[in-house]
Amino acid sequence: MSTEGGLLLAAAVLLPFAGMLLGVPAGGRRAQRTAFIVMPLGLAVAVGIAFTWLDASGPVVYVLGGWAPPLGIALRADGPAVAMLLAVAGVVTGIGLFARADFGTPKGSAESRAAYSYWLLLLAVWGSLNLVFVSGDLFTLYVALELLTFASVPLVCLAGSGETLRAALRYLLFALCGSVLYLLGAVLVFGAYGTLDIALLAQRVRPEAASWTIVALMTAGLLAKTALFPLHVWLPPAHAGAPPAASALLSGLVIKGSWFLVVRLWFDAMPGVVTLPSAQLLGALGAGAIFFGNAVALRQARLKLLVAYSTVAQIGYLFLMFPLAFDAGSGRIADGVALSGGIMQAISHATAKSAMFMAAGSIYSALGHDRIADFAGLARALPVTVFAFGLGGFSLIGLPPAGGFLAKWWLLSAAASSGQWWWALVLLAGGLLTAAYLFVVVSRALRAPDAPLVVAPIGRYREPATLALAMASALLGLVALFDVPGLPIGRLPAGA
Amino acid sequence: MTAETLIALVACALVGIGLYGLIVQPHPLRKLVAFNVMGSGVFVIFGALARRGAAAGMPADPVPQALLITAIVVAFAATAMTVALLLRLIESTGSASLAAEPPAADGEAR
Repeated sequence: MSTEGGLLLAAAVLLPFAGMLLGVPAGGRRAQRTAFIVMPLGLAVAVGIAFTWLDASGPVVYVLGGWAPPLGIALRADGPAVAMLLAVAGVVTGIGLFARADFGTPKGSAESRAAYSYWLLLLAVWGSLNLVFVSGDLFTLYVALELLTFASVPLVCLAGSGETLRAALRYLLFALCGSVLYLLGAVLVFGAYGTLDIALLAQRVRPEAASWTIVALMTAGLLAKTALFPLHVWLPPAHAGAPPAASALLSGLVIKGSWFLVVRLWFDAMPGVVTLPSAQLLGALGAGAIFFGNAVALRQARLKLLVAYSTVAQIGYLFLMFPLAFDAGSGRIADGVALSGGIMQAISHATAKSAMFMAAGSIYSALGHDRIADFAGLARALPVTVFAFGLGGFSLIGLPPAGGFLAKWWLLSAAASSGQWWWALVLLAGGLLTAAYLFVVVSRALRAPDAPLVVAPIGRYREPATLALAMASALLGLVALFDVPGLPIGRLPAGA
Repeated sequence: MTAETLIALVACALVGIGLYGLIVQPHPLRKLVAFNVMGSGVFVIFGALARRGAAAGMPADPVPQALLITAIVVAFAATAMTVALLLRLIESTGSASLAAEPPAADGEAR
């Protein structure tokens, strides 16, 4: 049955979508205004859900229409979902403030198609992500995942050039292949266990050929959408080609949606089905992503591509938690410090990477290019932007007190306690490689220019928004100092 | 062999053909057709499962049918979106190839 405050979960999903639907007929300038009305409301709802969750000392549940599963659909928010809801609300607000410079429609000017689409798609991405976090049903999750794809593909090609259209089409084809594999898995779940509700499924599922097939199909589909190495080929052109305010959304938030679904599948739906070798395989793909992404990022001549390849690498960290969470004693995935590390990594990457894409966008519009080799003098011309970029990188490397540090610390302690030292080596080597390419960028920007650097004005809201997200990421690790219930275990006891 | 088993086997063949086409065919339109073949296979499997899971006195389990309608709508929307993107791509570049062009001049894309 629904718990107290469960209606807030429905509000978290409905609010962005209602704003989007209102914005469609309202048109350019009013669509933007609707987005700015929804942002504080959505933020308040996310905070409200967090407080309800703390009070209830268990998941917040809302049963739609009073029809209990398996016939009806339940929305649930547990610790990881609450953390992601809060993080997404914060990051969307930051990106929205930044986007005013690119997609604002000043009074009296004509509505542009890119701006009108951007604000609607921003709300659609937000609503779909919230649905992914709170859905308790594998089929609802499928619909949420498709909504997310349909909202994010047009973001890639807002500029409308041939290059971005091609990147968007390639992204869409990868996503479609992934979603059909996921749907096949969901269909087989219903055929084998007669329910799609995650909590009921967790009680009924047994380790057998059917459930192994299901996990393999769904995970493979979701990896294609998350762009885990070696299925990452669509990501760099798509994320680097989009306008900066869209890249920040795509790279910071959208990929976390399908990743979160893998977490739901492995930790909540089928913790006893997955095997240690399969978890090690996910970890190995993650390690491949870290080394490949970082090495390629190091060789990039353009800043936006460098940041996009850095995303490829950071996705790898998100998958290191799976082998680390495997409890060899009971032979199943267990909640614990590895899960907290993974969620913390997702949140700190969301804040840091959106700040870095926003900084890269500001640099592009100030200089008219983003060639790293010609960055001399940039730190003097755009000190706040370069500082924010550096802070984002500081979190990605994992230096204290950044969120990236806490995430790595938790993952390292999980590696130590489970005796899987090789993942600790990957974590540390990845941090060194990250430091290398950030050093290249920042040291270029700090160099004295041969001729005075001419920069174009970049708008009033860009720098504060970028700096706020970068600061959030760089200080996120301080939550370890406070007595937050559920940390570092990630969720409070009490099941379902 | 019961009718449901036969239908399910045909559906598996459809999924296999679709997946093969989606990976192997280079042209985006062919990929899209392959995606639809694969999707149809999934829908047919769902139908066969609905028939197998029918309660006594009922021709089929109604829940999969309700979900199936949603899944078909989603697949239709995805197909429409892919075609729209493909048309825009042909309009702006004159070709429907997914292969990357030679590296663009500096600062062209942002």
